[in-house]
Amino acid sequence: MKRLAMKSTHRRLVAAGAMIAAMSLVLVACGSSKDSGTGGDSKQQGSPAAVDEALKAGGTITYWSWTPSAQAQVTAFEKAYPNVKVNYVNAGTGNDHYTKLQNTIKAGSGAPDVAQVEYQALPQFALPGSLIDLRQYGFDQFQSAYTPSTWAAVHAGEGLFGLPQDSGPMALFYNKEVFDKYGLTVPKTWDEYVAAGKKLHQADPKKFITNDSGDAGFATSMIWQAGGKPFTTNGKSVTINLADDGSKKWTSEWNQLVQGGLVSSIPGWSDAWFKALGDGTIATLPTGAWMPGVMESSVKAGAGKWRVAPMPTYDGQPVTAENGGSTQAVLKQSQNPALAAAFVRWLNNGDGVKTFLASGGFPATTADLKAPEFVSKKSAYFGGQAINEVLTGAAGTVAPGWSYLPYQLYANSIFGDTVGKSYQSKSGLDDGLKAWQDALVAYGNQQGFTVNG
Amino acid sequence: MKRTKSSRLLTGFMVLYLIYTLVPLIWLLISATKTQDDLLSTPGLWFGDSFALFSNIKQTLTYNDGIFLRWLGNTVLYVVVGAGGATLLATAAGYGLSKYKFVGRRAVFAVLLGAIAIPGTALAVPTFLMFSKLGLTNTVWAIIIPSLISPFGLYLMWVYANEAIPYELLEAARIDGAGEVRIFFTVALRLLAPGVVTVLLFAVVATWNNYFLPLIMLSKPNLYPLTVGLTQWNNQATGVGANPIYNLVITGSLLTIVPLVVAFLLLQRFWQSGLSAGSVK
Repeated sequence: MKRLAMKSTHRRLVAAGAMIAAMSLVLVACGSSKDSGTGGDSKQQGSPAAVDEALKAGGTITYWSWTPSAQAQVTAFEKAYPNVKVNYVNAGTGNDHYTKLQNTIKAGSGAPDVAQVEYQALPQFALPGSLIDLRQYGFDQFQSAYTPSTWAAVHAGEGLFGLPQDSGPMALFYNKEVFDKYGLTVPKTWDEYVAAGKKLHQADPKKFITNDSGDAGFATSMIWQAGGKPFTTNGKSVTINLADDGSKKWTSEWNQLVQGGLVSSIPGWSDAWFKALGDGTIATLPTGAWMPGVMESSVKAGAGKWRVAPMPTYDGQPVTAENGGSTQAVLKQSQNPALAAAFVRWLNNGDGVKTFLASGGFPATTADLKAPEFVSKKSAYFGGQAINEVLTGAAGTVAPGWSYLPYQLYANSIFGDTVGKSYQSKSGLDDGLKAWQDALVAYGNQQGFTVNG
Repeated sequence: MKRTKSSRLLTGFMVLYLIYTLVPLIWLLISATKTQDDLLSTPGLWFGDSFALFSNIKQTLTYNDGIFLRWLGNTVLYVVVGAGGATLLATAAGYGLSKYKFVGRRAVFAVLLGAIAIPGTALAVPTFLMFSKLGLTNTVWAIIIPSLISPFGLYLMWVYANEAIPYELLEAARIDGAGEVRIFFTVALRLLAPGVVTVLLFAVVATWNNYFLPLIMLSKPNLYPLTVGLTQWNNQATGVGANPIYNLVITGSLLTIVPLVVAFLLLQRFWQSGLSAGSVK
């Protein structure tokens, strides 16, 4: 009996050994084979009619997204078009998602047909030619449906690489309970904001006007609001100037807060942060219009305390910037780009928008931003305030002309090593921005761009 | 006198280290009893207003159609096949290198030392590109095949075999007419058992905690091991549409370490004798 068992172990062992040997041969053989290449040029010649034909013909596509409404949208789409099957995959949130996307693009296979891409990441995928230009399907006709800032955000160079899903025009979220307790008035300018920060922290050293330990998305949005245009890309030529007027305007205000120790160093999106939003430790958040949904579901302790006001500005004139927001793009690897484009059209220029809004998203579509029932909706969480009056107002005052770097994800990943250090040492953000710029110029040149900075 | 002094100092260090190791565990244990709201409103190292451990466990196991159980199953699969296979390969190869003289042995040794020096993380992306060409990404093989290779385990088994198996014994077995394969399985393997357990534990821990490789290789949540799955839950708390489920992340983490703790407690004595193996040399 024992002998028998032993024998079969041998056999299995030999078989396993043989299998591994065979696999290593395959590995060697395939490792040396040439890149077969993907995405023939024929796929670049789509037409508006092709989208509807593809919907009629049906098929299967894969969609990568981490947004909360994605599953509901896919279900609704498949119900409307039963002959189309959408494989919905949550491949990760943010950077995990992009790393995987980048790897599959590099490998030449395995990429989805449609992928969620944040506005800040779009140039990084669009400019090297990994995405399909949707103008061939006539999607440029939808321009009037979207706010100018989001419409600009789905472009890279001349090309159109998605339809805007949501927007995040910035507004000032503030804790009215804290404001009332310490006799603060809602700041209209950044000078007033800094003054409020000082007053609050003096009255109670455990309370802070806001938290900021160095966040690339926030910093770029703040520079954007101040009128800065630090990144310009023209083909392979990139110019970086993080010491332009806008950048300096922002640092001159923000340095006072950081160097004065007036901002909390609690990192955003940590459990401590969610806690601090609820218990009054953090008194305000200048952030995107998508924030109410997050607060309602995850900062329950703040219910009834928070309100929304327009962003403070430098001269009192209303102006704001976008923070966050994303689109869906069609990958060049897609075997059925017309069908993928049809799905994108349904998501952001069709019934998909309704599903998205039902999940608490903030729209990029002008019709929805103007809809009276949306604008005048009173929010119980915000003490009955019609917050969308403020937020839709913000959507109309986004400063034009902003663009991100064609390697913004890398830029964001080294923000902590450069500007983040200035936050820690309180040595002034300008030095940090300079270090960031130097690193970005060096990296861009290595990547084959011609970078001036 | 001197002796007790130094051992007192050592004991002091050990106590400090014990606290250092146990505090995060205690935090994890306490936090797993809190609801999401309590986590954000009560101090970390003491219990909250409610005792929600069981509802947390229930939620963890059922959230998103019970995907946690699926991840647990995946991890077990990767560990059993990957770490088990790695141990088998390392044992056989270590024994072979130790007991047979053949040309190229020194070269194998050099390659082996080099392989130990390269962290697996550095190889993850090249491995991904290679596997992608083979069409193996997004399959269980993408995790299992790289897990089968354990240079450190091989080295350990080599050293252990040098010590534990006398040539005379092998000679005796050969004279009695046993074939080489039979000698390995009936004679050598028994003598190697403590070393095998050590390598197995190393491999199990490495595979159980494997994060970067599956993160790169897999994009289907259905194939994720616990490490990648829990990180995905944790990242849900970030950005537009954030939906934090810290209570499930914490409870899931607690459930994830339980099997490892059990494995260590059960195999402790082998582990200890294995650790000291080869230390004289």
